[in-house]
Amino acid sequence: MDLLGYGAFFLTTALIFSLVTLGLNLQWGLTGLFNVGLAGFVAIGAYTSALLTTPDDAARLGGFGLPILVGWLGAMVVGGIAAALTGMATLRLRSDYLAITTFGVAVVVQLVALNAQKLTGGPFGIGFIPRPFGGLAETPLLFNLSNLAVVSVVTLVAYLALEHLSRSPWGRVLKALREDERAAISLGKSARFYRVQAFAVGGAIMALAGALQAHFTGFIAPDNYLPILTFQVWVMLIVGGSGSNLGAVIGSILVWAIWAGSGTLTSILFPPEQQARAAALQIAAIGVMLCVILLIRPNGLFGDRPRRPRFSKRAKIAAGESSSGS
Amino acid sequence: MSEIVLDVRGLEAGYEPGVPIVRGASITVKKGEIVVVLGPNGAGKSSFIKAIAGLVPITGGTVFLDGKDITAAPAHTMVRLGLAFVPQTENIFPLMSVEDNLKVACGILERREIPARIEEMYTAFPDLVRQRRTAAGNLSGGQRQMLAVARALIVHPKVLVLDEPSAGLSPKFVSMVFEMLAGIRKSGVTILLVEQNAKAALAIGDRAYVLVEGKDRHEGIASELWNDPVVAELYLGQRPLHAEKGGGA
Amino acid sequence: MSLQFVVDGLLTGSMIGLGAIGVTLTYSILRFSNFAHGDFMAWGTYATLAVVSAIGAMVGKVAPIGPLSFGWPLIVALAVGMAFTALLALLLDKVLFARLRSQGQAIIVVMASFGASMALRSLLEFTFTSRPTYFSRAIQIAMPVGFGIRITPDQIALLLLTAVLVLAVHLLMTRTQTGRSMQALSQNAALARIVGIDVASVVRVTWVIGGALACVAGVMIGILVQIRPFMGFDMLLPMFAAAILGGIGSIPGAVLGGLIIGLAEAGAVQLIGAEWRAAVSFIILMAVLFVRPIGLFGVRER
Repeated sequence: MDLLGYGAFFLTTALIFSLVTLGLNLQWGLTGLFNVGLAGFVAIGAYTSALLTTPDDAARLGGFGLPILVGWLGAMVVGGIAAALTGMATLRLRSDYLAITTFGVAVVVQLVALNAQKLTGGPFGIGFIPRPFGGLAETPLLFNLSNLAVVSVVTLVAYLALEHLSRSPWGRVLKALREDERAAISLGKSARFYRVQAFAVGGAIMALAGALQAHFTGFIAPDNYLPILTFQVWVMLIVGGSGSNLGAVIGSILVWAIWAGSGTLTSILFPPEQQARAAALQIAAIGVMLCVILLIRPNGLFGDRPRRPRFSKRAKIAAGESSSGS
Repeated sequence: MSEIVLDVRGLEAGYEPGVPIVRGASITVKKGEIVVVLGPNGAGKSSFIKAIAGLVPITGGTVFLDGKDITAAPAHTMVRLGLAFVPQTENIFPLMSVEDNLKVACGILERREIPARIEEMYTAFPDLVRQRRTAAGNLSGGQRQMLAVARALIVHPKVLVLDEPSAGLSPKFVSMVFEMLAGIRKSGVTILLVEQNAKAALAIGDRAYVLVEGKDRHEGIASELWNDPVVAELYLGQRPLHAEKGGGA
Repeated sequence: MSLQFVVDGLLTGSMIGLGAIGVTLTYSILRFSNFAHGDFMAWGTYATLAVVSAIGAMVGKVAPIGPLSFGWPLIVALAVGMAFTALLALLLDKVLFARLRSQGQAIIVVMASFGASMALRSLLEFTFTSRPTYFSRAIQIAMPVGFGIRITPDQIALLLLTAVLVLAVHLLMTRTQTGRSMQALSQNAALARIVGIDVASVVRVTWVIGGALACVAGVMIGILVQIRPFMGFDMLLPMFAAAILGGIGSIPGAVLGGLIIGLAEAGAVQLIGAEWRAAVSFIILMAVLFVRPIGLFGVRER
């Protein structure tokens, strides 16, 4: 029975990761927008929903004690707006600027989470976040299974919606823009607006995932949203294969299994005082894994990005290098 | 019979494997000549000349420069081998001064030789002297073309290769560029150029080739080619010829 | 408000500026933003620290030079560290970036640099733990220099070192064939090859300069603040902001951008508190992107 409970718990976490990965797949896989600050958008969702739904707390702003669904909706709205603003600032420029800006967003969100005590509870975070089936907490198995059911439904809905979107005319425009960055920039306002939309929707999905996670654990703190989260999700998407929603989900489950498994392994193999170092080694190993996948199987398991390099100016630089035997 | 500087045989080239743009083209350029490659739009002229310069992957055939096989030589070694290429567009470094544009091309020269060589270029292209500190991006179209040619000549190439030097220039500059090329030939430099402007190019050329669908289809004395009915036919593409010639790898 | 923030700002700005030179060179010549650049800093610093310790173990305690907190071993170690960091950058390029570049999609390289950054930083954490460490625990007496400003001998030495290095790189870029080749490659890669520039060798020079300067910036942080595995990663946002503020590809721009951000950070620390320091670069970055995305000395991309 315990194993079943753990299985449900594991799957719930993995599916929440899947939701973040689906958001990233919309941004990167479908539209080619590079987000290295997704932890920031997840955090925005988690904190928004926590603020809206927690009972009143004298030490900080709110909470407003609103229903959980309102919290989730609020998370999506705020996350979407934050992503839209980020997109508007950078999408007329080369993609690297978006990368740098999203990186900055994550830094600033982390900073606000840590320092704006009145809003976020500071380093101690926010507790007493209502859980959808809090009444069932007495029977952990039932509690875990009902959580899993909720998260499964949300992920499934998001998955189906994204599948539909990617086949719609809207999705086809995004794919076309992804293939040619220069064209996407030079096509001007309308093309940029499409990309901002995709980035905003992706941000909203990430924020929703953050909110789900917050209500699932009942407690959030700034160090849930460190760059390592961004990194994990990227590995999930790359392993699954960017461009494929199915790949995003399966990649997330697979990578989370590897992550949780190797985490358990290190906690068994290493004495307590060496745990931190072992965890560092675990991250390093996954970092190397990401690079290796990019090198040998850039399409992941299910990816649909074109394999054949376009003969762009940049490709020619590379050709020059290889022919001169670097 | 004067010696052959550039000997291209059965050249096949293209950006992607299995999709050749140049399909078995052969030409020879003799010392001191101006050789013109003509052809209708989309004949692969530009790819042909870029392949010779090492900028388009070669999939078949050979290129010999002064008796040396340069088929597989990477683009950046071409100046050292004696082939200087002037691209059709973006042929200067826009943010660097005119002088730095010349200097940056002097990598293969002896350090002591460079200042004198730059002065020689200024003597040959007096228009550039006044602009020596100007960012090259601010030059007029004709001056840019001069700078690009000066930059190619500065390394004493055995053959100067130009891709449509008159493209995009106003008529006044077009005649100026061709006069300049005729002048350069008089100083003993061998020239190979691809041109869309057939009349002007044939006026200064010694021999010419007509390239159609990636193959050389006709060869002749430049001054006679203008009135050659075969050329007119090939050039205007009224009746494509299907006879094989000069192909094979 | 005391004018002390000027000294603090110039010092922070020097560290940011030296790092930003590498970022801006990588961006303009290799055409990607390298998220592993901060980790080059940290690796260089730890390498320098290791050499200092090794020298200490071999020759025993060495007296500091004059009023400085360090002796000749640190100078020797810095040279070794710079070489080490340059080699690290070259190695990473060879096994990772160069291969991905040849696939032609620049943004994949950015992602790989993000993964490499994670791996490099975690390896440092694994080897040296996340506990901060120091080159010297000696406390230096700051000398008053008027206007309420105090400065330590170490700080003066490091500001001078920065000035010398920046001048050297600037001269290299504008007065030598190598520098002109780097400019040429950043402006038009295809033409650079046509005029006989070996792209591979220019790429190597770029990594060597970027890596070596990252090491110097890291060691400055190590001397003036502390050494941590995250020291470089935390500098990433200020470095990117400085490179963009200065105008991508411009060495003087990167340095000036670094100084502006350093001064703004130091000023903000006095006004709104040290905990918000990291937000300063972000605000400046956003302002630049909205107002003048090409930066102070930048030129529009063709």
